[in-house]
Amino acid sequence: MKVNMKGTLLSFMGLGAILLAGCNDKLAVLDPKGPQAQRQADDTMLLIYLMSGIVLTVLAILVFMLVKYRASKQSPDYEPPHIHGHWLVETIMIGIPVIIVIFLSFVSVKSNYIVENVPQEYEDQEPLVIYASSSNWKWHFSYPEQGIETVNYLYIPAGRAIEFKLYSYGPITSFWIPQLGGQKYAMADMVTTLHLAADNPGEFWGRNANFSGRGTAENIFDVTALTQTEFDEWVTEVHETAAPLTEEKFDELLEPGHLGKQTYTGTHLEFSPAPEHNHESSDEEDEEDHSSH
Amino acid sequence: MSEFFAQFAVPHPSTLIYIAMASIVLGSIALVAIVTYFKLWGYLWREWITTVDHKKIGIMYLITALVMLFRGGVDAVMMRLQLAVPDNGFLDAQHYNEVFTTHGVVMILFMAMPFITFFFNFLVPLQIGARDVAFPRLNNLAFWLFFMGMGLFNISFIVGGSPDAGWTSYFPLADNEFSTSVGTNYYMLALQIAGLGTLMTGINFITTIMKMRAPGMTLFKMPMFTWSALIANLIIVFAFPVLTVALAMGTMDRLWDTKFFAIGDGGMDMLWANLFWVWGHPEVYILILPAFGIFSEVISTFARRNLYGYTSMVWSMILISVFSFAVWTHHFFTMGQGAFTNSIFSITTMAIAIPTGVKIFNWLFTLYKGKIVVTTPMLYALHFIPLFTLGGVTGVMLAMSAADYQYHNTMFLVAHFHNVIIPGVVYAMLAGLTFYWPKMFGFMLNERLGKATVWVMSIGFVLSFIPMYITGLDGQARRMYTYSDAAGFSTLNMVSFVGAGIMSVSFLMLVWNIWYSFKNSPRDIGSDPWDARGLEWATHTPIPHYNFAITPDVTDATSEAFWDSKKNGVKLFKGEIKDIHMPNNSGQTFILSVFFFIGGFALVFSMFTLAIISLIGILACMGYRSLEDDHGYHIHKEEVELIEKKYEKEGGAK
Ligand code: HEM
Ligand SMILES: [Cu+2]
Repeated sequence: MKVNMKGTLLSFMGLGAILLAGCNDKLAVLDPKGPQAQRQADDTMLLIYLMSGIVLTVLAILVFMLVKYRASKQSPDYEPPHIHGHWLVETIMIGIPVIIVIFLSFVSVKSNYIVENVPQEYEDQEPLVIYASSSNWKWHFSYPEQGIETVNYLYIPAGRAIEFKLYSYGPITSFWIPQLGGQKYAMADMVTTLHLAADNPGEFWGRNANFSGRGTAENIFDVTALTQTEFDEWVTEVHETAAPLTEEKFDELLEPGHLGKQTYTGTHLEFSPAPEHNHESSDEEDEEDHSSH
Repeated sequence: MSEFFAQFAVPHPSTLIYIAMASIVLGSIALVAIVTYFKLWGYLWREWITTVDHKKIGIMYLITALVMLFRGGVDAVMMRLQLAVPDNGFLDAQHYNEVFTTHGVVMILFMAMPFITFFFNFLVPLQIGARDVAFPRLNNLAFWLFFMGMGLFNISFIVGGSPDAGWTSYFPLADNEFSTSVGTNYYMLALQIAGLGTLMTGINFITTIMKMRAPGMTLFKMPMFTWSALIANLIIVFAFPVLTVALAMGTMDRLWDTKFFAIGDGGMDMLWANLFWVWGHPEVYILILPAFGIFSEVISTFARRNLYGYTSMVWSMILISVFSFAVWTHHFFTMGQGAFTNSIFSITTMAIAIPTGVKIFNWLFTLYKGKIVVTTPMLYALHFIPLFTLGGVTGVMLAMSAADYQYHNTMFLVAHFHNVIIPGVVYAMLAGLTFYWPKMFGFMLNERLGKATVWVMSIGFVLSFIPMYITGLDGQARRMYTYSDAAGFSTLNMVSFVGAGIMSVSFLMLVWNIWYSFKNSPRDIGSDPWDARGLEWATHTPIPHYNFAITPDVTDATSEAFWDSKKNGVKLFKGEIKDIHMPNNSGQTFILSVFFFIGGFALVFSMFTLAIISLIGILACMGYRSLEDDHGYHIHKEEVELIEKKYEKEGGAK
């Protein structure tokens, strides 16, 4: 039973490690295509190594204790001693976790400021602002600067910071493009900001990661990063070919259900602005809200 | 008329639900028939329903917890089956949503909570040398309120429809606009009623532990489980009122269209998330600390050594309890509160890992120079240590807020919390169940079967949950009822399903073990079959309803009073047998709880007349109680002596 036990425990851990190592370069989160996702992937790998070290240490001590102090290995009249503790052991036992946590705190705080701001590499230019709003169970992407709007797909220029403004026409959703960076909530009564960027042209997928009812699983969208020239061409093309987004049309789009990809000129922000006020909004603003309906 | 009945119909019926309905109806009829045939109604009423004996109340919690373990387990297997292959059509989106919502609520609130409450009830008075809890009748009321809440929640899927907004029930999704069935009303009211019971338990056990310890038992001589119970109950008393308020606001939003959390008119969905997790995070520590307490008892018993670092164990629990209120935001790092706030909560969350780590090292060092015997409870503990460590370190990963943007809402998170809750809470409960089984029922569970169960469970666990870490990092979001083949994680999901199947086998093995041992295990095991250490083992088996004929005096003992009496000749029972004062049974608490059930049910369906009638019933019960004189009764000295003599003759002596 004893050998069996060690072996099994080790193989449990081994299994995890091998599976992780094996899929390493394919897993979406560990295959970053932008600076924010890169930082998160680096942190993740650091954590995986550090945390495996901790688990293996605990496991090693456990196995050692079991091998050494099994009753079957000792004389029947052995009486275990009464041990309260030892200052040195306890200092080490508390000290090492404290050091690890302090170290990780530094990393964590630094990463927070990195992912919450415009990516450092792209600080020299203005980020492209895109409003991403969710409605049951679709994504509406408004490009105010370009004056266009898409549904369920996103074209972005590579090599430029994108500032997503997120909000929702219903339950809380979470905007997530794993290969470009982690998610953030889109809510009905406030706008949240997410900074992402794609280093090179490519295709990715994004989804709503927060449960928002029956259609959540299909609440997905495609992301294509183009060169700046291609992006500009696409914008021009949209202006030439797409229909304008009217208020009636938009209300229709808001109906619960799933839709394919769609493209419009103009944005819904003009007649249905984002909830960019805070909760203590003045009455004035509230009145504006009401009159626009 | 037909409209009246239509509201009770299930909005999304399916064959599965019809089968469940039929089996529930048939099961109930069979149960009633059996109880009537064997003329058990009187017995049930006198000995169980109205009991104020903490041990019996404990066992009623235990039975509820085990039944709910199976009910939640069936939900779990259904979910894993649905996800086993891509584009599966076994459950549709709506059913999947109802299933995972029910699973979460049932497992946390109606399985894990009663399981730990069983241990509070059964063990705490014994460990501190008391005859009962501070408020025995309140204890009975607490159980029945909990039970009625559980019952109300469980009928949702056959009457009116299950909740479908997740166990976190985030608004505005949980609002009438998006959750149209009465399911979420059930959620709000069932949790409210059960939560009242839990709050009463909290107050009761804090008082019991503070006021009723045996002479000589200072705080720092309390057994580790009692310490963990004290701290968990303190957390209950601070955390549950938050849930009460949140649920009341949620109920008003749903029944009377107030706009606390709804979209528009100043409603704040973030307020629900905050209130929920201000309760929800401490809640997970309410569950894990008693589990730690159980493991401490088990590990020191089977390492045949005192617990290493007793004082640091206590202090780390106290630290954890304080910190547990300062980390709730880590459940929504992604809500846009900015880098500064996230940094603060990231650090406080990681700080919790320090006292947790201290405890793990203390258990490891308890093995040092020990004489380790691997029994079934010990095997649970030995599996717990590495598996829980894995869950803890992935918790630290999640606590890295910037990186959590990638883990949040994914299967990685699902893997984390099952990795702490299953090896942590569930293993502890099963270890404790096996450990204290002979004390409760007078026979041991089979050891071979028991150990095999642990192994099968761990193998199933690893296969079931480790793959989720990986699919999470690969972008599999949680709570999605299906995925496409192109997503690329179908193999791992199949592994996970197989793991879930293996885990179910282990639970069936547990049931088989109980049955098998009931039939075959010897009954002459004495009262200390494990050679254990705590005061709870200084009782007879089965434990007489007054627990100790003479109140133990532990002035000369350590926190392991019984061990001291066995090995170092410390005398625990000084003085002589006297008359014992005991509380009377009461049926009022049960009747009061039934009114709560009816009132809750009435509110679910907005039947306000009925709700008001039950409110009057509740007030009448309370009024009656406050005018009543009840002084309990005495067991006379002679009777106690007679009972004690009988034990000595039959060899069940301490
Ligand atoms: C080392 C200690 C721990 C740390 C650092 C930790 C950290 C975390 C974090 C940061 C989250 C939120 C992740 C997210 O939503 O993205 C989380 C979720 C969770 N944790 Fe832990 N945790 C620890 C221990 C525990 C324990 C002991 C339990 C249970 C007994 C537990 C149960 C849960 C549950 C149930 C959830 C998620 C609930 C949900 O969203 O449905 N954790 N943990
Ligand atoms: Cu938490």
